[in-house]
Amino acid sequence: MRKFFCALMTDRIILDADQMRRAISRMAHEIVERNSGPQGLVLVGLCTRGVPLAQRIHEAIVSFEGADVPCGQLDVTLYRDDLFSGRVREIHETLLPTNISDAKVVLVDDVLFTGRTIRAAMDAVMDYGRARSIELAVLVDRGHRELPIRADYVGKNLPTSRQEVVEVRVIETDGSDEVVIRRTEDAAFKGLGGAEQ
Amino acid sequence: MIGAVDRGDTGRSHSVEAAVPWVGRGHVLDLDDFSHQELESVFNTADRMREILARPVPRVPSLRGRSVVNLFYEPSTRTRVSFELAAKSLGADVVNVSASGSSVEKGETLLDTVRTLRALGANVLVVRHKESGAPYTIAKQMDIPVVNAGDGTHAHPTQALLDAYTIRDHFGCIEGLRVLIVGDIAHSRVARSDAWGLTALGADVVFCGPPNLLPATALKDDGECMPWPVRVDFDLDHAIENVDVVMPLRVQLERQEGNRLASLREYARDFGITRARLARAASRAIVMHPGPMNEGVEIDADVAHGGQSVVQQQVTNGVAIRMAVLYLVVAAAAQNSNGHKTPLVPAPGLSGKVPV
Repeated sequence: MRKFFCALMTDRIILDADQMRRAISRMAHEIVERNSGPQGLVLVGLCTRGVPLAQRIHEAIVSFEGADVPCGQLDVTLYRDDLFSGRVREIHETLLPTNISDAKVVLVDDVLFTGRTIRAAMDAVMDYGRARSIELAVLVDRGHRELPIRADYVGKNLPTSRQEVVEVRVIETDGSDEVVIRRTEDAAFKGLGGAEQ
Repeated sequence: MIGAVDRGDTGRSHSVEAAVPWVGRGHVLDLDDFSHQELESVFNTADRMREILARPVPRVPSLRGRSVVNLFYEPSTRTRVSFELAAKSLGADVVNVSASGSSVEKGETLLDTVRTLRALGANVLVVRHKESGAPYTIAKQMDIPVVNAGDGTHAHPTQALLDAYTIRDHFGCIEGLRVLIVGDIAHSRVARSDAWGLTALGADVVFCGPPNLLPATALKDDGECMPWPVRVDFDLDHAIENVDVVMPLRVQLERQEGNRLASLREYARDFGITRARLARAASRAIVMHPGPMNEGVEIDADVAHGGQSVVQQQVTNGVAIRMAVLYLVVAAAAQNSNGHKTPLVPAPGLSGKVPV
Protein backbone atom coordinates (compact mmCIF):
# COMPACT_ATOMS: atom_id res chain seq x y z
CA MET A 1 0.00 0.00 0.00
CA ARG A 2 2.85 2.31 0.88
CA LYS A 3 4.41 1.74 -2.53
CA PHE A 4 1.14 2.56 -4.21
CA PHE A 5 1.01 5.87 -2.38
CA CYS A 6 4.60 6.74 -3.29
CA ALA A 7 3.89 6.20 -6.95
CA LEU A 8 1.22 8.89 -6.86
CA MET A 9 2.69 11.34 -4.39
CA THR A 10 6.11 12.67 -3.57
CA ASP A 11 6.98 13.95 -0.11
CA ARG A 12 9.42 16.81 0.17
CA ILE A 13 10.75 17.79 3.58
CA ILE A 14 10.27 21.49 4.27
CA LEU A 15 11.44 21.55 7.88
CA ASP A 16 13.40 18.82 9.64
CA ALA A 17 13.42 18.31 13.41
CA ASP A 18 16.18 20.87 14.07
CA GLN A 19 14.65 23.51 11.84
CA MET A 20 11.28 22.92 13.51
CA ARG A 21 12.81 23.32 16.96
CA ARG A 22 14.52 26.57 15.97
CA ALA A 23 11.37 27.99 14.38
CA ILE A 24 9.33 27.20 17.51
CA SER A 25 12.01 28.71 19.73
CA ARG A 26 12.06 31.90 17.62
CA MET A 27 8.27 32.18 17.74
CA ALA A 28 8.34 31.77 21.52
CA HIS A 29 10.80 34.67 21.80
CA GLU A 30 8.76 36.82 19.43
CA ILE A 31 5.56 36.17 21.41
CA VAL A 32 7.17 37.27 24.67
CA GLU A 33 8.95 40.23 23.06
CA ARG A 34 5.88 41.62 21.33
CA ASN A 35 3.77 41.23 24.47
CA SER A 36 6.41 42.91 26.67
CA GLY A 37 6.87 39.80 28.81
CA PRO A 38 4.95 36.66 29.59
CA GLN A 39 2.45 38.30 31.98
CA GLY A 40 -1.15 37.84 30.94
CA LEU A 41 -0.36 35.46 28.09
CA VAL A 42 -2.49 32.34 27.55
CA LEU A 43 -1.35 29.85 24.91
CA VAL A 44 -4.14 27.88 23.23
CA GLY A 45 -3.27 25.01 20.91
CA LEU A 46 -5.87 24.06 18.31
CA CYS A 47 -6.70 20.37 18.07
CA THR A 48 -5.02 18.32 17.05
CA ARG A 49 -1.51 19.29 15.81
CA GLY A 50 -1.62 22.76 17.36
CA VAL A 51 -1.69 21.24 20.85
CA PRO A 52 1.85 19.79 20.96
CA LEU A 53 3.17 22.92 19.23
CA ALA A 54 1.58 25.14 21.91
CA GLN A 55 3.14 22.92 24.57
CA ARG A 56 6.56 23.36 23.01
CA ILE A 57 6.19 27.12 22.86
CA HIS A 58 5.07 26.95 26.48
CA GLU A 59 8.14 24.93 27.48
CA ALA A 60 10.41 27.36 25.64
CA ILE A 61 8.89 30.39 27.37
CA VAL A 62 9.12 28.70 30.77
CA SER A 63 12.77 27.82 30.20
CA PHE A 64 14.01 31.24 29.05
CA GLU A 65 11.66 33.45 31.09
CA GLY A 66 11.44 31.33 34.22
CA ALA A 67 7.77 32.28 34.47
CA ASP A 68 4.85 29.97 33.88
CA VAL A 69 2.38 30.74 31.14
CA PRO A 70 -1.03 29.00 31.10
CA CYS A 71 -1.37 26.63 28.16
CA GLY A 72 -4.63 25.04 27.03
CA GLN A 73 -6.17 23.30 24.08
CA LEU A 74 -9.23 24.11 22.02
CA ASP A 75 -11.29 21.97 19.69
CA VAL A 76 -13.21 24.05 17.16
CA THR A 77 -15.15 21.21 15.50
CA LEU A 78 -18.56 22.41 16.68
CA TYR A 79 -17.82 25.93 15.36
CA ARG A 80 -16.73 24.86 11.87
CA ASP A 81 -18.65 26.16 8.88
CA ASP A 82 -18.18 22.77 7.19
CA LEU A 83 -19.20 20.70 10.22
CA PHE A 84 -21.76 18.62 8.34
CA SER A 85 -20.05 18.52 4.95
CA GLY A 86 -18.11 15.31 5.34
CA ARG A 87 -17.94 12.30 7.54
CA VAL A 88 -19.06 12.36 11.16
CA ARG A 89 -16.35 14.36 12.91
CA GLU A 90 -14.88 13.39 16.22
CA ILE A 91 -14.94 16.12 18.85
CA HIS A 92 -11.71 16.44 20.79
CA GLU A 93 -11.26 17.65 24.31
CA THR A 94 -11.18 21.35 25.08
CA LEU A 95 -9.15 22.35 28.15
CA LEU A 96 -8.89 26.05 28.77
CA PRO A 97 -7.72 27.91 31.86
CA THR A 98 -10.88 28.82 33.74
CA ASN A 99 -10.81 32.54 33.06
CA ILE A 100 -9.53 34.05 29.85
CA SER A 101 -11.18 37.43 30.36
CA ASP A 102 -8.50 40.12 30.02
CA ALA A 103 -5.94 37.50 28.92
CA LYS A 104 -3.73 37.93 25.89
CA VAL A 105 -4.67 34.77 24.03
CA VAL A 106 -2.23 33.32 21.51
CA LEU A 107 -3.82 30.68 19.27
CA VAL A 108 -1.34 28.09 18.03
CA ASP A 109 -1.94 25.90 14.98
CA ASP A 110 0.20 23.88 12.64
CA VAL A 111 -0.83 25.12 9.19
CA LEU A 112 -2.61 28.32 8.19
CA PHE A 113 -4.49 27.81 4.92
CA THR A 114 -7.98 29.21 4.23
CA GLY A 115 -8.31 30.80 7.67
CA ARG A 116 -11.64 29.10 8.38
CA THR A 117 -10.33 27.13 11.36
CA ILE A 118 -9.05 30.37 12.90
CA ARG A 119 -12.42 32.07 12.35
CA ALA A 120 -14.05 29.19 14.23
CA ALA A 121 -11.41 29.36 16.97
CA MET A 122 -11.96 33.08 17.52
CA ASP A 123 -15.71 32.51 17.88
CA ALA A 124 -15.03 29.75 20.41
CA VAL A 125 -12.63 31.91 22.43
CA MET A 126 -15.24 34.70 22.52
CA ASP A 127 -17.69 32.26 24.11
CA TYR A 128 -15.26 31.76 27.00
CA GLY A 129 -14.87 35.41 27.83
CA ARG A 130 -13.65 38.76 26.58
CA ALA A 131 -9.95 38.27 25.94
CA ARG A 132 -7.88 41.44 25.88
CA SER A 133 -6.39 40.36 22.57
CA ILE A 134 -6.19 37.31 20.33
CA GLU A 135 -3.02 36.61 18.34
CA LEU A 136 -2.15 33.75 16.02
CA ALA A 137 1.02 31.66 15.81
CA VAL A 138 1.38 29.04 13.07
CA LEU A 139 4.25 26.79 12.15
CA VAL A 140 3.51 27.03 8.42
CA ASP A 141 1.61 29.68 6.47
CA ARG A 142 0.80 28.16 3.10
CA GLY A 143 -1.36 30.97 1.70
CA HIS A 144 -4.74 30.68 -0.10
CA ARG A 145 -6.72 32.63 2.49
CA GLU A 146 -10.49 32.76 2.06
CA LEU A 147 -11.06 35.12 5.00
CA PRO A 148 -9.36 38.35 6.12
CA ILE A 149 -7.12 36.59 8.63
CA ARG A 150 -3.33 36.72 9.06
CA ALA A 151 -0.81 35.19 11.44
CA ASP A 152 1.19 37.24 13.96
CA TYR A 153 3.96 34.66 14.32
CA VAL A 154 4.98 32.37 11.47
CA GLY A 155 7.50 29.55 11.59
CA LYS A 156 7.82 29.26 7.82
CA ASN A 157 6.10 30.96 4.92
CA LEU A 158 5.52 28.38 2.24
CA PRO A 159 4.06 29.22 -1.16
CA THR A 160 1.94 26.26 -2.25
CA SER A 161 -0.57 25.27 -4.86
CA ARG A 162 -4.01 24.11 -3.80
CA GLN A 163 -3.24 20.63 -5.06
CA GLU A 164 -0.46 20.25 -2.53
CA VAL A 165 -0.89 18.97 0.98
CA VAL A 166 1.23 20.29 3.85
CA GLU A 167 1.66 17.86 6.67
CA VAL A 168 3.12 18.73 10.05
CA ARG A 169 4.32 15.68 11.94
CA VAL A 170 5.10 15.69 15.62
CA ILE A 171 7.01 13.05 17.49
CA GLU A 172 4.21 12.55 20.05
CA THR A 173 1.67 11.27 17.55
CA ASP A 174 3.50 10.71 14.27
CA GLY A 175 6.87 9.34 15.37
CA SER A 176 8.98 12.18 14.00
CA ASP A 177 9.24 15.97 13.95
CA GLU A 178 9.05 17.29 10.41
CA VAL A 179 7.02 19.30 7.94
CA VAL A 180 6.53 17.80 4.50
CA ILE A 181 4.82 18.98 1.37
CA ARG A 182 3.13 16.42 -0.77
CA ARG A 183 2.30 16.92 -4.40
CA THR A 184 -0.76 15.02 -5.41
CA GLU A 185 -2.19 14.48 -8.83
CA ASP A 186 -5.65 15.82 -8.39
CA ALA A 187 -7.44 13.13 -10.33
CA ALA A 188 -5.62 10.38 -8.51
CA PHE A 189 -6.34 12.10 -5.25
CA LYS A 190 -10.05 12.17 -5.97
CA GLY A 191 -9.91 8.58 -7.02
CA LEU A 192 -8.60 7.75 -3.59
CA GLY A 193 -11.56 9.46 -2.03
CA GLY A 194 -9.24 12.02 -0.53
CA ALA A 195 -10.74 15.28 -1.63
CA GLU A 196 -13.55 15.08 0.84
CA GLN A 197 -13.86 16.57 4.31
CA MET B 1 -5.72 3.00 5.07
CA ILE B 2 -6.24 3.82 1.45
CA GLY B 3 -8.37 6.85 0.85
CA ALA B 4 -8.24 7.80 4.47
CA VAL B 5 -6.83 11.22 3.78
CA ASP B 6 -8.22 14.12 5.71
CA ARG B 7 -8.00 17.31 3.71
CA GLY B 8 -9.26 19.75 6.22
CA ASP B 9 -9.10 23.42 5.42
CA THR B 10 -5.53 23.57 6.60
CA GLY B 11 -4.58 21.23 3.83
CA ARG B 12 -3.23 18.73 6.29
CA SER B 13 -3.35 15.14 5.40
CA HIS B 14 -3.63 12.69 8.20
CA SER B 15 -5.22 9.33 8.28
CA VAL B 16 -8.61 9.40 9.95
CA GLU B 17 -8.24 6.14 11.81
CA ALA B 18 -9.46 7.92 14.93
CA ALA B 19 -12.78 8.68 13.24
CA VAL B 20 -15.91 8.26 15.31
CA PRO B 21 -17.02 4.64 15.38
CA TRP B 22 -20.52 5.81 14.66
CA VAL B 23 -21.77 3.58 11.88
CA GLY B 24 -23.83 6.25 10.23
CA ARG B 25 -26.79 5.72 12.48
CA GLY B 26 -29.34 8.27 11.35
CA HIS B 27 -31.95 7.27 13.92
CA VAL B 28 -31.72 6.34 17.58
CA LEU B 29 -34.70 4.12 18.35
CA ASP B 30 -33.32 1.65 20.91
CA LEU B 31 -29.96 0.39 22.14
CA ASP B 32 -30.58 -3.20 21.00
CA ASP B 33 -28.09 -2.98 18.12
CA PHE B 34 -25.49 -0.71 19.70
CA SER B 35 -21.96 -2.08 20.04
CA HIS B 36 -19.75 -1.40 23.03
CA GLN B 37 -17.62 0.86 20.82
CA GLU B 38 -20.57 2.87 19.61
CA LEU B 39 -21.81 3.42 23.15
CA GLU B 40 -18.33 4.62 24.12
CA SER B 41 -18.35 7.04 21.22
CA VAL B 42 -21.65 8.51 22.46
CA PHE B 43 -20.15 8.84 25.96
CA ASN B 44 -16.98 10.48 24.66
CA THR B 45 -19.06 12.93 22.66
CA ALA B 46 -21.18 13.58 25.78
CA ASP B 47 -17.98 14.36 27.73
CA ARG B 48 -17.29 17.16 25.23
CA MET B 49 -20.88 18.38 25.45
CA ARG B 50 -20.68 18.53 29.22
CA GLU B 51 -17.68 20.82 28.91
CA ILE B 52 -19.80 23.12 26.72
CA LEU B 53 -22.57 23.17 29.33
CA ALA B 54 -20.02 24.35 31.93
CA ARG B 55 -18.94 27.38 29.85
CA PRO B 56 -19.96 30.96 30.60
CA VAL B 57 -21.98 30.84 27.36
CA PRO B 58 -23.21 27.24 27.22
CA ARG B 59 -23.99 27.26 23.53
CA VAL B 60 -22.27 26.32 20.26
CA PRO B 61 -23.56 27.18 16.79
CA SER B 62 -23.39 23.65 15.37
CA LEU B 63 -27.11 23.15 14.60
CA ARG B 64 -27.79 26.77 13.75
CA GLY B 65 -30.56 27.03 11.20
CA ARG B 66 -31.85 23.54 11.92
CA SER B 67 -35.15 22.78 13.60
CA VAL B 68 -35.62 20.07 16.17
CA VAL B 69 -39.26 19.13 16.71
CA ASN B 70 -40.27 17.50 19.99
CA LEU B 71 -43.40 15.52 19.16
CA PHE B 72 -44.82 14.31 22.46
CA TYR B 73 -47.95 12.17 22.54
CA GLU B 74 -47.46 11.51 26.25
CA PRO B 75 -46.94 13.98 29.08
CA SER B 76 -43.32 14.58 30.01
CA THR B 77 -41.37 17.28 31.76
CA ARG B 78 -37.80 16.18 32.18
CA THR B 79 -37.31 14.39 28.88
CA ARG B 80 -38.90 17.15 26.81
CA VAL B 81 -37.09 19.96 28.63
CA SER B 82 -33.85 17.99 28.45
CA PHE B 83 -34.16 17.56 24.68
CA GLU B 84 -35.14 21.20 24.33
CA LEU B 85 -32.12 22.44 26.28
CA ALA B 86 -29.84 20.05 24.41
CA ALA B 87 -31.06 21.26 21.02
CA LYS B 88 -30.81 24.92 22.06
CA SER B 89 -27.30 24.42 23.43
CA LEU B 90 -26.32 23.21 19.97
CA GLY B 91 -27.88 26.31 18.45
CA ALA B 92 -30.98 24.65 16.95
CA ASP B 93 -34.48 26.06 16.85
CA VAL B 94 -36.92 23.99 18.89
CA VAL B 95 -40.61 23.44 18.32
CA ASN B 96 -42.65 21.55 20.89
CA VAL B 97 -45.77 19.73 19.74
CA SER B 98 -47.95 17.87 22.20
CA ALA B 99 -50.90 15.70 21.30
CA SER B 100 -53.35 17.73 23.33
CA GLY B 101 -54.06 21.03 21.67
CA SER B 102 -52.76 19.89 18.28
CA SER B 103 -54.56 18.59 15.20
CA VAL B 104 -54.12 15.09 16.63
CA GLU B 105 -57.28 15.90 18.56
CA LYS B 106 -58.99 16.55 15.24
CA GLY B 107 -58.20 13.02 14.15
CA GLU B 108 -55.01 13.52 12.13
CA THR B 109 -52.99 10.31 11.87
CA LEU B 110 -49.46 10.01 13.25
CA LEU B 111 -47.89 9.81 9.80
CA ASP B 112 -49.85 12.78 8.49
CA THR B 113 -48.70 14.81 11.48
CA VAL B 114 -45.03 13.98 10.92
CA ARG B 115 -45.32 14.60 7.17
CA THR B 116 -46.76 18.01 7.96
CA LEU B 117 -43.93 18.74 10.40
CA ARG B 118 -41.40 17.66 7.79
CA ALA B 119 -42.98 19.93 5.21
CA LEU B 120 -42.84 22.78 7.70
CA GLY B 121 -39.06 22.33 7.81
CA ALA B 122 -38.30 19.96 10.71
CA ASN B 123 -34.73 18.61 10.54
CA VAL B 124 -34.87 16.22 13.49
CA LEU B 125 -37.90 14.55 15.08
CA VAL B 126 -37.86 13.61 18.75
CA VAL B 127 -40.85 11.38 19.36
CA ARG B 128 -42.58 10.14 22.47
CA HIS B 129 -45.62 7.93 21.97
CA LYS B 130 -47.76 5.69 24.14
CA GLU B 131 -47.70 2.93 21.52
CA SER B 132 -44.62 0.72 21.41
CA GLY B 133 -43.01 0.96 17.98
CA ALA B 134 -44.49 4.30 16.89
CA PRO B 135 -41.05 5.91 16.34
CA TYR B 136 -40.08 2.93 14.14
CA THR B 137 -43.11 3.52 11.93
CA ILE B 138 -42.14 7.18 11.63
CA ALA B 139 -38.46 6.46 10.96
CA LYS B 140 -39.35 4.18 8.06
CA GLN B 141 -41.29 6.98 6.40
CA MET B 142 -38.90 9.83 7.12
CA ASP B 143 -35.75 11.10 5.44
CA ILE B 144 -34.72 12.98 8.59
CA PRO B 145 -33.28 11.64 11.85
CA VAL B 146 -35.80 10.28 14.35
CA VAL B 147 -34.91 9.96 18.04
CA ASN B 148 -37.09 7.83 20.28
CA ALA B 149 -37.92 9.69 23.50
CA GLY B 150 -39.88 6.75 24.88
CA ASP B 151 -42.39 4.49 23.11
CA GLY B 152 -44.98 2.66 25.20
CA THR B 153 -43.41 -0.12 27.22
CA HIS B 154 -40.74 -0.74 24.61
CA ALA B 155 -37.68 1.52 24.66
CA HIS B 156 -36.21 4.75 26.00
CA PRO B 157 -32.71 4.82 24.53
CA THR B 158 -31.58 8.28 25.66
CA GLN B 159 -32.58 7.49 29.26
CA ALA B 160 -30.57 4.27 29.09
CA LEU B 161 -27.62 6.18 27.61
CA LEU B 162 -27.68 8.74 30.39
CA ASP B 163 -28.02 5.98 33.00
CA ALA B 164 -24.98 4.15 31.65
CA TYR B 165 -23.10 7.43 31.27
CA THR B 166 -23.82 8.36 34.89
CA ILE B 167 -22.62 4.94 36.08
CA ARG B 168 -19.48 5.21 33.95
CA ASP B 169 -18.91 8.70 35.30
CA HIS B 170 -19.11 7.48 38.87
CA PHE B 171 -17.18 4.21 38.65
CA GLY B 172 -14.95 4.94 35.66
CA CYS B 173 -15.88 1.68 33.97
CA ILE B 174 -19.09 -0.35 33.71
CA GLU B 175 -17.66 -3.78 33.00
CA GLY B 176 -18.24 -6.16 35.91
CA LEU B 177 -20.44 -3.80 37.94
CA ARG B 178 -23.54 -5.29 39.54
CA VAL B 179 -26.66 -3.34 38.63
CA LEU B 180 -30.01 -4.03 40.28
CA ILE B 181 -33.17 -2.78 38.59
CA VAL B 182 -36.20 -3.04 40.87
CA GLY B 183 -39.89 -2.79 40.21
CA ASP B 184 -42.35 -2.83 37.36
CA ILE B 185 -40.02 -4.31 34.72
CA ALA B 186 -42.92 -5.51 32.57
CA HIS B 187 -44.09 -1.98 31.84
CA SER B 188 -40.70 -0.32 31.87
CA ARG B 189 -39.15 0.91 28.63
CA VAL B 190 -36.29 2.22 30.78
CA ALA B 191 -35.49 -1.23 32.18
CA ARG B 192 -35.53 -2.74 28.68
CA SER B 193 -33.22 -0.17 27.14
CA ASP B 194 -30.99 -0.22 30.23
CA ALA B 195 -30.69 -3.99 29.90
CA TRP B 196 -29.52 -3.66 26.28
CA GLY B 197 -27.04 -0.90 27.02
CA LEU B 198 -25.64 -2.13 30.32
CA THR B 199 -25.20 -5.74 29.24
CA ALA B 200 -23.46 -4.57 26.04
CA LEU B 201 -21.07 -2.67 28.30
CA GLY B 202 -20.40 -5.76 30.39
CA ALA B 203 -22.46 -5.05 33.52
CA ASP B 204 -24.03 -7.82 35.52
CA VAL B 205 -27.72 -6.86 35.56
CA VAL B 206 -30.39 -8.25 37.90
CA PHE B 207 -34.13 -7.62 37.54
CA CYS B 208 -36.10 -7.73 40.78
CA GLY B 209 -39.82 -7.29 41.33
CA PRO B 210 -43.06 -9.11 42.06
CA PRO B 211 -43.60 -11.91 39.52
CA ASN B 212 -46.68 -10.27 38.03
CA LEU B 213 -44.65 -7.13 37.22
CA LEU B 214 -41.84 -8.99 35.48
CA PRO B 215 -41.99 -9.76 31.75
CA ALA B 216 -43.45 -13.18 30.99
CA THR B 217 -40.14 -14.31 29.51
CA ALA B 218 -38.44 -13.57 32.83
CA LEU B 219 -40.55 -16.17 34.57
CA LYS B 220 -39.74 -18.98 32.17
CA ASP B 221 -36.61 -20.98 32.95
CA ASP B 222 -35.26 -18.29 35.30
CA GLY B 223 -35.19 -15.72 32.58
CA GLU B 224 -33.33 -17.83 30.03
CA CYS B 225 -35.88 -16.74 27.42
CA MET B 226 -35.11 -13.05 27.79
CA PRO B 227 -33.11 -11.37 25.04
CA TRP B 228 -30.50 -10.16 27.52
CA PRO B 229 -28.18 -12.07 29.84
CA VAL B 230 -30.01 -10.75 32.90
CA ARG B 231 -30.71 -12.58 36.14
CA VAL B 232 -34.09 -12.48 37.85
CA ASP B 233 -34.76 -12.39 41.58
CA PHE B 234 -38.10 -12.04 43.38
CA ASP B 235 -36.58 -11.26 46.77
CA LEU B 236 -35.21 -7.74 47.05
CA ASP B 237 -33.37 -8.35 50.33
CA HIS B 238 -31.45 -11.13 48.65
CA ALA B 239 -30.96 -9.39 45.32
CA ILE B 240 -29.60 -6.17 46.80
CA GLU B 241 -26.65 -7.87 48.55
CA ASN B 242 -23.40 -6.21 47.42
CA VAL B 243 -24.76 -4.56 44.28
CA ASP B 244 -23.01 -1.43 42.98
CA VAL B 245 -26.05 0.29 41.49
CA VAL B 246 -29.62 0.27 42.85
CA MET B 247 -32.22 1.53 40.42
CA PRO B 248 -35.83 1.47 41.60
CA LEU B 249 -38.33 2.13 38.81
CA ARG B 250 -41.37 4.28 39.13
CA VAL B 251 -44.56 2.38 39.88
CA GLN B 252 -46.49 3.37 36.77
CA LEU B 253 -50.00 3.68 38.05
CA GLU B 254 -51.20 4.75 34.58
CA ARG B 255 -50.07 1.44 33.10
CA GLN B 256 -51.57 -0.86 35.77
CA GLU B 257 -54.43 -2.21 33.72
CA GLY B 258 -56.09 -5.24 35.29
CA ASN B 259 -54.99 -4.45 38.83
CA ARG B 260 -51.60 -6.12 38.77
CA LEU B 261 -50.64 -4.21 41.87
CA ALA B 262 -52.48 -5.22 45.05
CA SER B 263 -51.63 -2.16 47.14
CA LEU B 264 -48.96 0.52 47.18
CA ARG B 265 -48.33 -0.10 50.87
CA GLU B 266 -47.63 -3.75 50.22
CA TYR B 267 -45.36 -2.85 47.30
CA ALA B 268 -43.43 -0.36 49.41
CA ARG B 269 -42.98 -2.98 52.13
CA ASP B 270 -41.59 -5.63 49.78
CA PHE B 271 -39.85 -3.60 47.08
CA GLY B 272 -39.30 -0.07 48.39
CA ILE B 273 -35.67 1.05 48.68
CA THR B 274 -35.19 2.08 52.29
CA ARG B 275 -32.04 3.13 54.07
CA ALA B 276 -31.94 -0.23 55.86
CA ARG B 277 -32.14 -2.12 52.56
CA LEU B 278 -29.56 0.11 50.92
CA ALA B 279 -27.13 -0.75 53.74
CA ARG B 280 -27.03 -4.30 52.35
CA ALA B 281 -25.71 -3.09 49.00
CA ALA B 282 -22.00 -2.44 48.47
CA SER B 283 -20.75 0.46 50.55
CA ARG B 284 -19.79 2.34 47.39
CA ALA B 285 -23.22 1.74 45.85
CA ILE B 286 -25.11 4.53 44.11
CA VAL B 287 -28.88 4.97 43.84
CA MET B 288 -30.46 5.98 40.53
CA HIS B 289 -34.03 6.67 39.48
CA PRO B 290 -35.36 7.53 36.04
CA GLY B 291 -37.93 9.88 37.59
CA PRO B 292 -40.42 11.08 38.40
CA MET B 293 -40.18 9.50 41.84
CA ASN B 294 -43.02 8.28 44.04
CA GLU B 295 -41.28 8.93 47.33
CA GLY B 296 -42.39 6.51 50.02
CA VAL B 297 -43.41 3.90 47.44
CA GLU B 298 -40.49 2.61 45.37
CA ILE B 299 -37.93 4.80 47.13
CA ASP B 300 -37.79 6.50 50.53
CA ALA B 301 -37.22 10.24 50.58
CA ASP B 302 -34.03 9.98 52.65
CA VAL B 303 -32.56 7.55 50.10
CA ALA B 304 -33.73 9.61 47.12
CA HIS B 305 -31.99 12.70 48.44
CA GLY B 306 -29.22 10.99 50.42
CA GLY B 307 -25.50 10.93 49.85
CA GLN B 308 -25.60 7.84 47.63
CA SER B 309 -28.22 9.25 45.29
CA VAL B 310 -27.07 10.38 41.84
CA VAL B 311 -30.55 11.29 40.64
CA GLN B 312 -29.62 14.94 40.05
CA GLN B 313 -26.47 13.96 38.13
CA GLN B 314 -28.65 11.75 35.94
CA VAL B 315 -30.81 14.73 35.04
CA THR B 316 -27.79 16.95 34.33
CA ASN B 317 -26.03 14.26 32.30
CA GLY B 318 -29.24 13.80 30.31
CA VAL B 319 -28.72 17.14 28.56
CA ALA B 320 -25.15 16.26 27.56
CA ILE B 321 -26.19 12.81 26.33
CA ARG B 322 -29.03 14.27 24.24
CA MET B 323 -26.68 16.88 22.76
CA ALA B 324 -24.36 14.03 21.78
CA VAL B 325 -27.21 12.05 20.23
CA LEU B 326 -28.55 15.04 18.30
CA TYR B 327 -25.08 15.91 17.00
CA LEU B 328 -24.33 12.34 15.95
CA VAL B 329 -27.63 11.70 14.15
CA VAL B 330 -27.49 15.00 12.27
CA ALA B 331 -23.85 14.39 11.31
CA ALA B 332 -24.67 10.85 10.20
CA ALA B 333 -27.62 12.00 8.11
CA ALA B 334 -25.44 14.69 6.52
CA GLN B 335 -22.67 12.19 5.87
CA ASN B 336 -25.14 9.99 4.08
CA SER B 337 -26.59 12.75 1.95
CA ASN B 338 -23.05 13.81 1.02
CA GLY B 339 -22.73 10.51 -0.78
CA HIS B 340 -20.37 8.77 1.59
CA LYS B 341 -20.24 5.07 1.36
CA THR B 342 -21.32 4.20 4.89
CA PRO B 343 -25.05 3.68 4.53
CA LEU B 344 -27.52 4.78 7.10
CA VAL B 345 -28.58 1.92 9.26
CA PRO B 346 -32.12 1.24 8.11
CA ALA B 347 -34.80 1.56 10.70
CA PRO B 348 -34.98 -1.89 12.21
CA GLY B 349 -38.24 -3.74 12.63
CA LEU B 350 -39.74 -4.51 15.97
CA SER B 351 -40.16 -8.22 15.39
CA GLY B 352 -39.09 -10.34 18.30
CA LYS B 353 -37.72 -7.38 20.16
CA VAL B 354 -40.55 -6.87 22.63
CA PRO B 355 -40.37 -9.54 25.28
CA VAL B 356 -43.76 -9.10 26.86
